[in-house]
Amino acid sequence: MSVLNDTVDWLSDSANWSGDDGIPHRLTQHLEYTALTVAIAAAIAIPIGLWVGHTGRLRGLAVVSTGALRALPTLGVLTYASLFSGIGIKPAIFTLVLLAIPPLLAGAYAGLESVNRQTIDAARAIGMTEWQVLRKVEVPLALPLIIGGFRSATLQVVATATVAAYIPGPGGLGRYLIDGLAVSDYARIVGGSVVVIALALVLDGLFVILQRVALGSRPSRTPTAA
Amino acid sequence: MTWFNANTDKVWDLLLSHLWLSGLPILLGFVIAVPIGWFANRHRRIRGTILSLGGILYTIPSLAFFLVLPSIIGTGFLDPVNVVVALTVYAVAIMVRSAADAFESVSPAVLDAATATGFAPAGRAFLVELPLAGPVLLAGLRVVAVSTVSLVSVGALIGVSNLGSLFTEGYRTDNDAEILIGVIGIVGLALLFDLVLVMAGRLLMPWARTPRRGRSPVSPIMSFAQHLRGGRV
Repeated sequence: MSVLNDTVDWLSDSANWSGDDGIPHRLTQHLEYTALTVAIAAAIAIPIGLWVGHTGRLRGLAVVSTGALRALPTLGVLTYASLFSGIGIKPAIFTLVLLAIPPLLAGAYAGLESVNRQTIDAARAIGMTEWQVLRKVEVPLALPLIIGGFRSATLQVVATATVAAYIPGPGGLGRYLIDGLAVSDYARIVGGSVVVIALALVLDGLFVILQRVALGSRPSRTPTAA
Repeated sequence: MTWFNANTDKVWDLLLSHLWLSGLPILLGFVIAVPIGWFANRHRRIRGTILSLGGILYTIPSLAFFLVLPSIIGTGFLDPVNVVVALTVYAVAIMVRSAADAFESVSPAVLDAATATGFAPAGRAFLVELPLAGPVLLAGLRVVAVSTVSLVSVGALIGVSNLGSLFTEGYRTDNDAEILIGVIGIVGLALLFDLVLVMAGRLLMPWARTPRRGRSPVSPIMSFAQHLRGGRV
């Protein structure tokens, strides 16, 4: 397969490993966008999600709004936003944040809801304040699902940041796919796609490990004799 | 609105292609995933492996998937088949987990009773297990449908015509109304698919009319799991 050979050649060409259009620089950009976006989205979604999960208020609204946000086609949001804020990184970050909010929000409130009611009542009964119940009981027990929200948000952002390269502003790995398509450079297209897929799989793997660690750090089910 | 009135035929054509490009993967995904899910549920040892494989496939970013498929299945780079195949893979990946959960939700006592009343294994699978797994299968299929309809639009980036083409064209021609029509069309189509599925569910499974909402302790986790699975980009 010539495309495959071309791809291997592209990936092993040292010219593609240095400079502003080199894989390390594009990969770093991609990771920077992802980290920035998930951080902004978490700052918005996690407090709301914890509040909804802890109080049980506005749950219906949270469910509906996360569902509605998910039905929005991202390419549409991206192109629409960029017509108003111009080319550059802003419309991309805006779209990515909007997209990362639903899974983070869902992870937070569903995580808290999954905590056993009796455990929470017990925490109150021994005199914990609401804040302590949240911080010392609910969040630790909900942690695997909260991390699951981060996992889902991160992977969506990695994927959408690739699509965001359709707008001339942002860099990132999507540049290889979009710019390669524009000039029919198939080696660059496939090579870039392989790097994007590898990044997604590696990040997913890291989150799997993180979720295992979070599960392991939870207090064991059976009380140990002290 | 003036743009829409002047381009109704074009939007209609794009809507029809969108319908095909999303309907086919949803249907194929369901038909392929249900037997795999049934099999995974019967063989507990490989269940985890099958579900993890689905999770890994679902992790692949869509645009990258569209673009590596040609070198795997020998299609052209701009072939709509790439979109259909990739979206079918995603649909299977999501649906297999739902199907395994669905068959797991069927009470073993009911299955024993079916065997005792003389159902052969194949008859039992189709006439007892499948209908009883129906409600959970339907829930999974609804997630698949919304996610697939939204994902098709990314195909516009590789030149496959659908409602997403209104995004790329609207962007190039600085026409925000056109983009908005595309968004409305896609969300509307997703709602339409959902409505059809819900109606089909009511017709085929009249006994499952009132879902037990929020009763079971696993429901928050289930609903979250659906959030996790929906909306890949």
